[in-house]
Amino acid sequence: MSGPGSGGAYSFSLTTFSPSGKLVQIEHALAAVSGGTTSLGIKATNGIVLATEKKSPSLLLDTSALEKVAPICSNIGFVYSGMGPDFRILVAKARKIAQAYWKVYGEYPPTKVLVQEVAGVMQKATQSGGVRPYGISLLIAGWDSHRGQSLWQIDPSGSYWAWKASAIGKNMVNAKTFLEKRYNDELSLEDAIHTALLTLKEGFEGAMTEQTIEIGIVTIPTPDQMVEKSGERLPPTFRKLTENEVKDYLSL
Amino acid sequence: MELNGGSVVAMIGKECVAIASDLRLGNQAVGVASNFDKVFPVNDKLYYGLPGLATDVYTLKEHLRFRVNMYRMKEEREITPKTFTHLVSSTLYEKRFGPFFIEPVVAGLPTPTELEPHPKPFISTMDTIGCITTPKDFAVAGTAADKLYGVAEGLWEPDLEPEDLFETISQTLLNAVDRDALSGWGAVVHIITQDKVITRTLRARMD
Repeated sequence: MSGPGSGGAYSFSLTTFSPSGKLVQIEHALAAVSGGTTSLGIKATNGIVLATEKKSPSLLLDTSALEKVAPICSNIGFVYSGMGPDFRILVAKARKIAQAYWKVYGEYPPTKVLVQEVAGVMQKATQSGGVRPYGISLLIAGWDSHRGQSLWQIDPSGSYWAWKASAIGKNMVNAKTFLEKRYNDELSLEDAIHTALLTLKEGFEGAMTEQTIEIGIVTIPTPDQMVEKSGERLPPTFRKLTENEVKDYLSL
Repeated sequence: MELNGGSVVAMIGKECVAIASDLRLGNQAVGVASNFDKVFPVNDKLYYGLPGLATDVYTLKEHLRFRVNMYRMKEEREITPKTFTHLVSSTLYEKRFGPFFIEPVVAGLPTPTELEPHPKPFISTMDTIGCITTPKDFAVAGTAADKLYGVAEGLWEPDLEPEDLFETISQTLLNAVDRDALSGWGAVVHIITQDKVITRTLRARMD
């Protein structure tokens, strides 16, 4: 059955390859991502920063209720570009995966392992009948004792790879060029936050305030923070910055 | 749990751990095998013992091998003693209402990392449905458990060097199983240190 519109006969079915070897639905999903608000992540020597625009189409919207940077477990956080509802579903699934891992191993998954699991979830939606791919790309930042801090991207196809710094969404091309110039391996977390804000500002439409952006950071625990005290949980290594903290960084 | 017999003990020393078991497999009073080892390696720094029903010893050993191999391939690292303990615990709890008749004992040395350059030696034990205990001195299980508690409590002291730990754990095991009809018929001891594992078979009473 060939439908109207671009792609011809091969744009209709997700589970059919086009002659050029593409799955056209995934291409369209990537287009949905590129139409979404910009998000970026930067890896530093002592942490990672995730940042995103919280663009609202109307002044009447209460953006404080919107969560674009989401913690998954105490050491991993997500940010996305693309379709918000798809993000919420994946966040819920990722949180469940992290808890299931904890139930077996008594500790939260290393970042790479969670990335693989979530990528597997996204891949399932590219090889099943009656479903469509997720319309989001994810940037995942986390810390684990095996690899230290790591930043990953997962695309609607389920491919994933690690970045030192990257951007996704509307302004990703300019943002990545900007990051390429600004990034070096010696950036500290403070430098990275500063760079992230500058990068976001490049393509920002409207005023950039603590209400129109969200920032999450991964920090590296010190050896004494890692000592388990009975009855207490280990301190989280991923957290979102409060509006006041964002305001302070913006004023720098 | 009293069908096949067998006991395991693990002890903490100075930057080393030891784990030992008897070699008996019986059918109640009748001894059947004197080469039934109940302690298995995960890697050269982590060993675990499975005293209890012999069929479950085999099943659990193979199941854990499967789980650890999958872990090693997925995480691209060796499993730590604490994580392995939790893995065994959740495996046992999965069979909460039809359990494995095994009381595992785990003993290992965690690898030093940047955050923990001098990790403490680790032993743990659990009941048949996975309730974990992490003692600081010794862990016992099996048909001679009560006797092992007694001798270990008397002989163990902190910070024993590997050679002294070997003597202590060997005397603990030998004298405890000699008072138990269903354990004995030979014994094996593994001493795990940062550089190597020394495995010794003890000359035990074969009655």
